[in-house]
Amino acid sequence: MTIPLLRIEDLRVTFSTRNGPVEALRGVSFDLRAGETLGIVGESGSGKSVTAFAATRLLDRAGRIADGRILFRGQDVSRLSDKEMRLLHGAALSMIFQNPRAALNPIRTVGLQLADALRAHAEMSAAAARAKALDLLKAVLIRDPERRLDAYPHELSGGMCQRVMIAIAIACEPALLIADEPTTGLDVTTQKTVMDLLARITAERGMAMILITHDLGLAAQYCGRVAVMEHGRLVEEAEPARLFSAPRHPYTKRLVAASPRLDSTLHDLVAGAAGAPGGAPGGAGVARADAPRPADPAGTPLLLEVRNLVKRYDGAVAVDDVSLAMRRGESLGLVGESGSGKSTMSRLICRLIDASAGDILFDGEAIGAIPARDFHRSRFRRDIQIVFQDPNDSLNPRFSAFDSIAQPVKRLTDLRGAALRARVLESADRSGLPPDLLDRFPHQLSGGQKARIGIARAIAVRPRLLVLDEPTAALDVSVQAVILGLLDRLRRDDDLAFLFVSHDLNVVRMMCDRTIVLQAGRVVEEGPSAALFARPRSAYARELLAAIPHFAPGPPLAAIA
Amino acid sequence: MSTVAITSPGRPRGSALGHLGWVLRHNPLTALASAGTLLLCLVAIFSPWLTPYDPIASDVQRALQPPSAAHWAGTDQLGRDLLSRIIAATRLDLAIAVSAVGLSFALGAVVGAFCGYVGGRLDRAVGRFVDVLMAFPLFVLAMAMVAALGNRVENIVIATAIINLPFYVRFARAEVNVRRNLGWVEAARAGGESHAAVVLRYLLPNILPAMAVQISLNLGWAILNAAGLSFIGLGVRPPTPEWGILVAEGARFITTGKWWLVAFPGLALMLAVLCFNLMGDGLRDILDPRQRT
Repeated sequence: MTIPLLRIEDLRVTFSTRNGPVEALRGVSFDLRAGETLGIVGESGSGKSVTAFAATRLLDRAGRIADGRILFRGQDVSRLSDKEMRLLHGAALSMIFQNPRAALNPIRTVGLQLADALRAHAEMSAAAARAKALDLLKAVLIRDPERRLDAYPHELSGGMCQRVMIAIAIACEPALLIADEPTTGLDVTTQKTVMDLLARITAERGMAMILITHDLGLAAQYCGRVAVMEHGRLVEEAEPARLFSAPRHPYTKRLVAASPRLDSTLHDLVAGAAGAPGGAPGGAGVARADAPRPADPAGTPLLLEVRNLVKRYDGAVAVDDVSLAMRRGESLGLVGESGSGKSTMSRLICRLIDASAGDILFDGEAIGAIPARDFHRSRFRRDIQIVFQDPNDSLNPRFSAFDSIAQPVKRLTDLRGAALRARVLESADRSGLPPDLLDRFPHQLSGGQKARIGIARAIAVRPRLLVLDEPTAALDVSVQAVILGLLDRLRRDDDLAFLFVSHDLNVVRMMCDRTIVLQAGRVVEEGPSAALFARPRSAYARELLAAIPHFAPGPPLAAIA
Repeated sequence: MSTVAITSPGRPRGSALGHLGWVLRHNPLTALASAGTLLLCLVAIFSPWLTPYDPIASDVQRALQPPSAAHWAGTDQLGRDLLSRIIAATRLDLAIAVSAVGLSFALGAVVGAFCGYVGGRLDRAVGRFVDVLMAFPLFVLAMAMVAALGNRVENIVIATAIINLPFYVRFARAEVNVRRNLGWVEAARAGGESHAAVVLRYLLPNILPAMAVQISLNLGWAILNAAGLSFIGLGVRPPTPEWGILVAEGARFITTGKWWLVAFPGLALMLAVLCFNLMGDGLRDILDPRQRT
């Protein structure tokens, strides 16, 4: 039997923290053969990144390998000297990180950084290094590679920065490439090109790859084998087809059930996530029957009407002549990639920023005419509320959960004292937030709990339109499923209208009656969600849909349409 | 991100004292500096009861005596007890420093925070004014102000406050600027808060931990500044005991070997500045629990 490229045996890693040692890995073992692609999936805190960092000896100071062995080509990595380890880095194993822009040195050109990587491991003249760097840029399919060689990282897009990172990582032909969430934060279409590129390069050069990701679809599509991690343990390992069609471990089952697919409904998702961590009370119970809302009586004005909205920033056009309309209680999806203007739209409609041109009518009244500066005094302020993308930065670090929810109620309603308290408690309860968490501060809460506070804060003033700006983008899938279920129930209970802004098309399909696709600030397609997702008319919408990684064992997208 | 959640979200609140204890235990230098600062403050508050002799009463019989059991720090040229004078001076020096720094912090933080939040013309105008202020050698500016306004304690406070102002304005502006587009600021506005409330009730409390460090460092600097002004005769007038004056008076006798006249007030001055400076970093840990996890 041949020696595996990488063998990890009963690896245990502990981090020393103020509250005593924390076990990050509790006995992880796996083998990786040369040329193989292994996916490690799991939710935040499962230890998947720690595994990679331990294998490359890049753990930060607080982390320590408590037990176990890491054998790279039969050699125990944990016993190597720092110098031997440096030789191993880059030449034999290299890493790609999540945020490519942060991983590149901002004051050195791409070509120089590539040359640095090349010359660290081989004697090479500057000219030879430059020529090799050019070859590498060509290998990662960067357009116009001659010119990009002299570009600085800030002159490149996120996707291009990640390509440069890949070029640096493969510069010395390593035998093992560890990619830690390489496409998180990139648009789906960019993600697809970057992942296709990684798959091609590793296949061509016979490199082994460990792909660390929270996205089951991504792992299923690009890995020969997938390992699932939970709480520092490897709970299941199999080929993706088997793992995702017939998961054995209860955690894998939950994870698979909670991941949105091409055909899943909100009900599937929530049922699957029940019992997941963060699935606190109030999560389950989505109306199964999609009972249609009774139609509004004739003559009722539209809840929201946006006419020819334009927003320019110093010459750049973020929103370009967008019109849309929403009825009461309707949920409208706004999808697009970064730079499509969807976040600008949500802030315009929330009246947090002023439009350059166009009208916004709420309940028949022109609220676009009220400057954003004065909108906090408007009687419409409480009618339009927003839930923000990142639960971590949407709560004031100095306010307790209770204060965060109570503050808008104090400002926008007449409730005081016991009535105010009752309203806060009710909103928290409806958002699935246990009352004993209410006097905690944001840093003492988990991401899912913070997301619930953000929702409770928005619904506490009883708005009529709730703008949801990527409300689950920063959450783990199981938490996402619960939050989506919760939102859907709130909408039905309160006859609340949702403007659901997201880059995740599967989520929008499940949550929204109608969907608008934005590209570069313009509407490219609009229609009922079911029809739009089944038969996209515009090329851009088709491209977006095709880029979503999926692990549906059934027919591929084309067959559904 | 998929880094391991090291902070346990389940940690209950209300352990502020425990946190304080933790910071001090893990940072002995901070503990020492805090103890020193506390001692200074106590001495300043209770100075009338702590002085062994009247700090102003002269007794020419006992002039220029070296340190002894009766006069721990010796006596000056008029026979006044130096220790009593140093203790009495603590109150005045700390009062000047604290009120000057308090004044420039209050004004600078608010102005800076609004500049950072509003941006635009206000920001540019205030920014240029601050640049002009910074272009002067600050100590010379303080000298000029005291000389013009008159040799009084209030004027020293005002001059010290004005020369400290640019640091607070710039600091608060920068700290608010990076936060003004965060979700919770927009959420506050969606929750119906006016702009003034967003700045004063949301942003300012959040930049306090960072400003506390600045305040602590600044206090030491303000003491030096006040003492410096008095040293060159532009501050408090003799016979009022003040560290700068004590050093200035003692300096005349240093060539004749009367070292204690300079050494002891200088030591007091140095220790005060050192304590405030060392406390700065520790203060950040105490006020911002997330700095250390």
